[in-house]
Amino acid sequence: MNDLRKRPAGGRSARWTPWVFLAPYLALTAVFFVYPFINAVLLAFQQTNGPRSHVWVGLDNFRFVLSDPDFYTALWNTTVYALVSVFVQLPLALGLALMLNAGRSRLKGFFRLLLFSPNLVGQIFVGVIFSVIFMPRYGMFNQFLQALIGWGLEERWLSNPSLVMPALIVTSLWLYVGFNMIYFLAALQNVEKDLVEAATVDGAGPWRVFWHVTLPSIKPVAVFVVVMSTIGSYQLFELPYALLKGFGPKNSGLTIVGYLYNTAFAAGDLGTGSAVGWILALIIAVISLAQLRISHAARE
Amino acid sequence: MNAWHGMILAAAAVYVALRLARRKASTVYARYLLLAVASGLVLSPFVWLVCSAFKDKDVLMQFTFLPPVRDWSPDTVNLQNFRDLFSGQQTAQGTVYFWEYIVNSLFLAGAGTIIPLFFCSLGGYALAKFRFRAKKLLMAFMLATMMMPGMLFLAPVYRMIYQLGWMDTYWALLVPGAVNVFGMFLFRQAITAVPDSLIEAARMDGAGEFGIYLHVVMPLVRPMSAAFCLIAFLGAWNAFVGPQVFLQTQSKLTLPVVLNQSLGLYVQHYGTYMAGTLLAIIPPAVLFFALQKEFVAGLTSGAVKG
Repeated sequence: MNDLRKRPAGGRSARWTPWVFLAPYLALTAVFFVYPFINAVLLAFQQTNGPRSHVWVGLDNFRFVLSDPDFYTALWNTTVYALVSVFVQLPLALGLALMLNAGRSRLKGFFRLLLFSPNLVGQIFVGVIFSVIFMPRYGMFNQFLQALIGWGLEERWLSNPSLVMPALIVTSLWLYVGFNMIYFLAALQNVEKDLVEAATVDGAGPWRVFWHVTLPSIKPVAVFVVVMSTIGSYQLFELPYALLKGFGPKNSGLTIVGYLYNTAFAAGDLGTGSAVGWILALIIAVISLAQLRISHAARE
Repeated sequence: MNAWHGMILAAAAVYVALRLARRKASTVYARYLLLAVASGLVLSPFVWLVCSAFKDKDVLMQFTFLPPVRDWSPDTVNLQNFRDLFSGQQTAQGTVYFWEYIVNSLFLAGAGTIIPLFFCSLGGYALAKFRFRAKKLLMAFMLATMMMPGMLFLAPVYRMIYQLGWMDTYWALLVPGAVNVFGMFLFRQAITAVPDSLIEAARMDGAGEFGIYLHVVMPLVRPMSAAFCLIAFLGAWNAFVGPQVFLQTQSKLTLPVVLNQSLGLYVQHYGTYMAGTLLAIIPPAVLFFALQKEFVAGLTSGAVKG
């Protein structure tokens, strides 16, 4: 903390200065956070029909959501996506970061820039681009698969329910591997070189150095990336929505936020939408707390 | 067996040969090979997008990328897709031109960068350099608000925007987004590093508090300002849910909303559609390459300390 220990020389007026500087934030938070927050609590117990009318219905919204098979489809899809993000996407990102970090060459900055670049493209634009890339027969992905393994040219990635999730995962790998790589790379650059060298001199191979020196040193960042990636995955919406022009055949691309969006805005049921929002907030809170717990327990 | 398989086999053969002859060189080789493959995979959709935008619709489906150079002619590679794109779109609300969406997006992203830049840096300065009552409590509250998923607020904010009469106006997007906690924390972190003595000295010279913020603090946190501008611009430019939910008039829409709805309109003209998407990803790319050093520093500054 670098606070000014002495009272600001401005005297009385300066005492109000921080509050004046914070006033825009405080005002906007009161109006667009605190008030909607209270409203979100109230709305979850109301039945609404558009933004105008509402009736108190107790826990009916929650009961409805928790007995709706579509909600469980959304929960399942989102969970599969989150698991793939953590167990496939993040290891790939770490692998790329390790490969980049090993070299001292000037190419490092170039590769880093290049691998990060998909992140400049918004999820909607990525969805739009890949919806054409996955076209049967003409899509680049289909032609590429055909050339490489002799299969895939005619596959209907976005209209075959069992292929929708793989297509979504391929798209999200393209979009996010480079993004998470940046975090891992920043962490790897802070690993003490002496420690690695000492371990190597002591005869540790590259795997042992990785497990016993590198991984423990980047653990804080790794935990941060895992938690952020899980939270982000559970809020997935725009990418599948644009990729599939909706939620895909048999709701195979429906996510929790997609379900919320559909309930609240397509069907105009803001109350049930709020209930879904609370369930989502609860899921995210429980999972991130569990992850933090596990990482603390593993510290020993 | 085709050219791809040949390339893979050749690359593997080189690796085996190197591995036998010079172990160290083989590791370096494998590393760069994998990085090159990853880069190729990352780049290919961009290359494909550019090619699709410039291919005539008659040959769009014939070639994965561009036709061979000897077949290039105004009939195969041309600007027709862009001409079609800008020729105007018949909608239920009259003809709307593509440049209108570009102007809307530029305005919203520009205002959505400059306004939060001011309020976030101002708030961040207050948090970094002033002691005041309830500061710890306020910062704990701010952190807690960051943890809440944004979609939870969409339904109540929607009802509020409706009650305020802001539906179908840009107020609905600009006012709630005028300041954010993430940005204030970014600036707080950067401004904490500004020496107190500079601020004290300016105060001794009789500078006003706002003058100190504007003339002493802000010039010293230029890199963070650049990073913040890029993050804010990317967020506003790529924003979808807000504009989709709050805007209704076709000529007020932004590029993400329009491109998401347009596949129906351009369904026989993927080329036009891809030309529009290509134009939509250029502004963030230009800004990124201008500011990329600051951006990466800003992006990771919160994490590395962790």
